[in-house]
Amino acid sequence: MANSFPQARSWLLARAPLWQSLTDSLAQLHQRRQLSVDETLKALDSYRALARDLATARRFMPGTSVTHALESIYAGYHGIIDRAPRVSRAALLRTLRVEIPATMASLRTPLQWVLLLFVLSIAAGWWLINTYPTLIGLVASEQMIDRVERGELWTDGLLNVTPSSVLSIRILSNNIVVSIFAFCAGAFWGLGTFYMIALNGLMLGAAFAFTRQYGLDGRLFNFIIAHGTVELSVICIAGAAGMALGESLIRPALPSRRESFEFCARRLVKLLALCALLLIGCGLIEGFVSPNPAFPLASRVIIGVCYWGLMWAALTGRLFGARRSAIPAADA
Amino acid sequence: MDQDRYTIPSATGVDVELAIAGAGSRSYAFLIDWHIRILLTIAWFVCAAVITGGVHLFTAPPGRSSIGFMLGAVMPAAIIYFLYHPVLEVLMHGRTPGKRTAGVHIVTRGGGTPSAGALLVRNLFRLIDSAPAFYMLGLFTCLFTAQRVRIGDMAAGTLLVFDHGASVGSLAQLGALSSTSKLDPATLDVIAELLSRWSDLTAQPRAALARALLQRVDAGQDVAQLAALSSQELRERLQRLLRGREN
Repeated sequence: MANSFPQARSWLLARAPLWQSLTDSLAQLHQRRQLSVDETLKALDSYRALARDLATARRFMPGTSVTHALESIYAGYHGIIDRAPRVSRAALLRTLRVEIPATMASLRTPLQWVLLLFVLSIAAGWWLINTYPTLIGLVASEQMIDRVERGELWTDGLLNVTPSSVLSIRILSNNIVVSIFAFCAGAFWGLGTFYMIALNGLMLGAAFAFTRQYGLDGRLFNFIIAHGTVELSVICIAGAAGMALGESLIRPALPSRRESFEFCARRLVKLLALCALLLIGCGLIEGFVSPNPAFPLASRVIIGVCYWGLMWAALTGRLFGARRSAIPAADA
Repeated sequence: MDQDRYTIPSATGVDVELAIAGAGSRSYAFLIDWHIRILLTIAWFVCAAVITGGVHLFTAPPGRSSIGFMLGAVMPAAIIYFLYHPVLEVLMHGRTPGKRTAGVHIVTRGGGTPSAGALLVRNLFRLIDSAPAFYMLGLFTCLFTAQRVRIGDMAAGTLLVFDHGASVGSLAQLGALSSTSKLDPATLDVIAELLSRWSDLTAQPRAALARALLQRVDAGQDVAQLAALSSQELRERLQRLLRGREN
């Protein structure tokens, strides 16, 4: 207590005005997004001065409001000094040209497993509905089944019911949520992602098998091809990211599972942000092109293939000017 | 490590200590935020519905295009509801109105202000934390993890810690008191705290504390005389001590 610090009163009197001014400066620093060199140096000086005063207060006046207040101001200055730098154009370009392609390359193995799972699920869905047609009720609504039995696809006349813009927004938000969920569900040691991918594959296979029984599979393919190439690829990439997230918990690459999980999540989320942008494009195609009978199959295939090429160029960084030699270096 | 404190090593050699907010403070902040965002969402939706031709909730007003209604009423309302947390946390440097009211804010594990990316990751994982209903998984992990974090915090490398706004305010008060009183700052601090909590404490303990403090300040005081003082008289003597008129 202060009994062992006879100068406590004079010390407090001498320092209190400085602490008050530092408190006021801290509030201003919090408001500013960018500091000048002088301001940064001044903040560092204040931080060091506060550290000295806090050490004194902790030793001689523990548990007092002075010590609590100094702890708070000190933590505030520490927060300012430890603040992440602003996202600059150069940092954004580095993310697009180097980090995302490197993350994509690191996902090669989980992506292969997810693709295998997806294909097997499609095959399983196809086999299931081909063998037991009555089971279609498990994956399709009654309304959808009725329409197919009448010889119509559930996507027919979609534009008469909902305008393209509204349809696009609804579809893209749904796709983004599915992709985010496929990624985040990886937190359950990858099992959540496994379920999401298997379910999506099963539904797709079942839908094709069911429409084939009524001769509508070609029209379903016609509807899917323009947007499906990228949409399904992005769902598989999100699934691979989810698997990687699960793997970071099962086989942590860093000293603790928590650190490994954090590192993995923060690395993968940049890739997912780019995937979300690609899904916006898918939503627009699905809203404006896919349900529109004016687009012939050839133009749909061209749109699908070109958009997939654009996705590939974006994910490998080439769309943003990444040099061929930079990508393998990032992979390593 | 103390479970309710988080210590961060600093370049100065003096560690930064943060008080970790538990499930109670989190829930309190979330409930306030939830009420704000639901009210904002409903307010926008109803206003837009009225403007677009009468109250037609969930359907477009008859005779009008549903595009305008979707884009003008439903979409902004959904954006307010779903982007409330990420947008405000980024703009308010790890705070929201609810967190501010609950006296908590988000920091990184290094004690810094979290980046927009970290806040985005934290909010993405709300999908998982809110499962299966009412944030049960998030609450569960919050209760059973060392630093009281939900899955989103683990992924983003963030923590929810308490503010110390009140103690910062008391620094100015203590500085002013020290200039008028001859008492040492630690005693002044205890007296000021006792007086600030005077009405919250029951009569007997506060009188006992006041007498112990008065005796500590002046060891020669007559114990019987102090015991005879009423609660109001004890309070007045403590206030005089603070103002430096009696030592």
